[in-house]
Amino acid sequence: MKNFLPHTDQIRNQLAKEANLDSIDSLFDSINDSVKFKNDLNLPDGISELEAQKKLKKLANKNNSDCINFLGGGTYNKFIPACISAITSRTEFLTSYTPYQPEASQGTLQAMYEYQSMICNLTGMDVSNASVYDGATACAEAVLMVCRISKKSKVLIAETLNQQYLQVIKTYCFGGDIEVKIIPEINGEIDFNYLSNLTNIDEFAAILIQTPNYFGNVENSKKIGDFITKNKLKLIVCADISSLAVLEVPVNFGADIVVGDIQTLGIPMAFGGPHAGYMACKQQYARQLPGRIVGMTLDKAGNRAYTLTLQTREQHIKREKATSNICSNQALVALAATIYLSVMGYNGLKQAILLSAQKAKNLSEKINNIKGFKVLYNNFLYEFVVKVDEKISVEILLNELKENNILAGINLKKYFKQYKNSILVCTTEMNTDKEIDFYIEKLQEISTKYNLEDV
Amino acid sequence: MSKTIFEKSIKGTQGINLTDEKLNCDILLNIPENLLRKEKPILPEISELEVVRHFTLLSQKNVSVDSNFYPLGSCTMKYNPKINEVTASLDGFANIHPEQEESGTQGALELMYNLPEQLKEITGMHTITLQPAAGAHGEFTGMLIVKAYFEKIGQKRTKVIVPDSAHGTNPTSAKMCGFDIVEIKSNNRGLVDLEALKTALSDDVAALLLTNPNTLGLFEEDIAEIAKLVHDTGALLYYDGANLNAIMGITNPGLMGFDIVHINLHKTFSTPHGGGGPGAGPVGVVEKLKDFLPVPIIEFKDEKYHFNYDLPNTIGRVKAYYGNFGVLVRAYTYILMMGANGLKQASIDAVLNANYMKEKLKKYFKLEYDKPCMHEFVLSGDIQKEQGANTLAIAKRLIDYGFHPPTVYFPLIVHEAIMIEPTETESKQAMDDFINAMVEIAEEIKQNPQKAIDAPTKASVLRVDETLAARKPNLHWS
Repeated sequence: MKNFLPHTDQIRNQLAKEANLDSIDSLFDSINDSVKFKNDLNLPDGISELEAQKKLKKLANKNNSDCINFLGGGTYNKFIPACISAITSRTEFLTSYTPYQPEASQGTLQAMYEYQSMICNLTGMDVSNASVYDGATACAEAVLMVCRISKKSKVLIAETLNQQYLQVIKTYCFGGDIEVKIIPEINGEIDFNYLSNLTNIDEFAAILIQTPNYFGNVENSKKIGDFITKNKLKLIVCADISSLAVLEVPVNFGADIVVGDIQTLGIPMAFGGPHAGYMACKQQYARQLPGRIVGMTLDKAGNRAYTLTLQTREQHIKREKATSNICSNQALVALAATIYLSVMGYNGLKQAILLSAQKAKNLSEKINNIKGFKVLYNNFLYEFVVKVDEKISVEILLNELKENNILAGINLKKYFKQYKNSILVCTTEMNTDKEIDFYIEKLQEISTKYNLEDV
Repeated sequence: MSKTIFEKSIKGTQGINLTDEKLNCDILLNIPENLLRKEKPILPEISELEVVRHFTLLSQKNVSVDSNFYPLGSCTMKYNPKINEVTASLDGFANIHPEQEESGTQGALELMYNLPEQLKEITGMHTITLQPAAGAHGEFTGMLIVKAYFEKIGQKRTKVIVPDSAHGTNPTSAKMCGFDIVEIKSNNRGLVDLEALKTALSDDVAALLLTNPNTLGLFEEDIAEIAKLVHDTGALLYYDGANLNAIMGITNPGLMGFDIVHINLHKTFSTPHGGGGPGAGPVGVVEKLKDFLPVPIIEFKDEKYHFNYDLPNTIGRVKAYYGNFGVLVRAYTYILMMGANGLKQASIDAVLNANYMKEKLKKYFKLEYDKPCMHEFVLSGDIQKEQGANTLAIAKRLIDYGFHPPTVYFPLIVHEAIMIEPTETESKQAMDDFINAMVEIAEEIKQNPQKAIDAPTKASVLRVDETLAARKPNLHWS
């Protein structure tokens, strides 16, 4: 089975002849026999599309995608408007590449410019790039960026950050020989005393916080902003872009760079990717921003046109002196987010986040009333921490709920050793009252079954 | 003039309304008031139809593989089979959460176990991670492995060698890992100069990064000796997989002696480029480097697929979760459909097509390295430049003919470079159309170069002023 190959053998021979080749075999004469395969690839023969569709469907069906979902922690089960895939599957967007030739790519370029505009308007920043791989790499690139700006090689990172993001930052910092110091967590927020007691604060380039943080709590960003201003540090804020519909604009509390994931803007969970990260900064740092940036300009007739710009930051021009090695980013995901923000508008974005928050409030209050479960913190937006009586382990609890097709939360022990028997529970606009009641009913049963007590 | 979506807003319009319920503001009473947003951000207020129309019209201003021949060298713009989109959007793949327990995601894990098995066979590597999100991200991952490896065995090696024909990402990725870059010149055959390599190699060199076939579309014939030279000094050999499409089933990086390989699934394995991503850049390594890979990797044990987070020397994570999973589904679908013979035939046809086009075009354009090429070749616009229209003008004129221009001004070692990669999915007819356009443009430049200088005239805009864009940056609508 040879799929997607247009040539007949007759045409192949004709092409070879016209290419002045002795034979098709001679195409690879420049490859020494000593490094050539002796046999065929040890892979099965190709299959037809008919078979492939069946096979992949069967594989997909082995996954449980039809569950009652209360999982968050960086990926969210959000409403996805139907018009998004209708547009992103337009193959003029799908099968083009990086818009190196602006005249042949005005569609992608204008969409990216509009994406950058929406990110700037939500974060209060002046400049946004056209996306990076995900929220985690956005954080890591921001850390590298502040170190370049301030010519320092130490950063302070909040422990309340998504731990996968932290791991990625550490990996990038291993590459860049940057020291990462952790601001410890206390009561679901950063420990401010730790910060105030640091004696070598001037050695650090920046502080990176996430708000709402991994525990779902809104950090006291005002206080942190005051602290960085006083100590002349840079502030990197990692924020779920949707949350900015209701939370204070980061520029207003002193953010220099704002980053995060845009999966909540109409992007499927897809087992963790492709999602995309956004990255925006103040004007004075524009030339240190990594990644593609689109600018509005004019064409020869003086008409509005778009192009990639500030390219002297980039690897294909500056090679090892570039701000980053980014080449392919997540353009199509950024396009999806742009369509989402367009069709939802500010009101729709706000509705989605308020509905999520309302459901979180409702669910958390009900959980708090069940013996053996306690909601630990109050200042959350749409995710919250539940401490569970140690009479039942979180593993068993989650398993029992899974038997009822409920994905009840993330076991926090996986990322935070201080949270021995707690889960992170998330609601979105997708969770119905019925689902919430069912969750509560099952928790109640477990509480009774295990004879749980107040925690 | 094309309006932005902001200019199409009508105050009070909302495309999609989630609920008629009046959402009460005391929902957020638990959050201190000074941490709440007071300013309304500027976002479009526009109906769903107007949104769809806006972006549909924008899409029509793009040249794409599905609408036009797109011979962008080094980017492997082959056909993106439509079945890939169908399989990637199956509910069982698109709608699973990455924190779901393993028992509910066995299908995804099975796919993420099988795909590396296929890639191992194609590349000759021992273990593969699927985590990196793009080729450059894979390079970075590879260079971090180089760094961690030498730290582990207690050798201080500070330099990385790259040929002057290398992709820009190569030196940048190495630099991001703290290495100093040593650039070596290519010889007059367009290949790595063995003497220059010998001079550059020393015991503080950590790695040589190589693309093979290289960016001139030429196979590094001395690869076995290059590998030996590199390994004899204790350094590692890194394979930039951007050009893997030329050699599937013919040879592989393992046979050539490479230690680390990245693969661009969005090039060789047919996943769509999306206007600049998402891609995927899996990285494969030889056995001695397997414990340095990012975590987790997938294993099959006790009749089940598992994540293994326990790699003793891991460089850590390079991305949240497990990679661009949706892209992996597409590549897996493609490999299944192609099979061993199909992949090999794809490489043969890709190389055949490039040679055909090269032979046809070299009569009209300067060809610096006149010998059989692999999947791509590099012309020079020198002759035409002397006649008054440079490579940029040729590229823009091609847009008028309905083609996406080739990669231009790269590789840097060819003046006025025009880098053409047809890929195997183009028919003779499509190639002939492009060849004829190039020939016509060459003839036209002889007579009247101004036409090319003024091009394009048939695109949605005239020549775009990139200098103005950089001088007076307008980077967002406000």
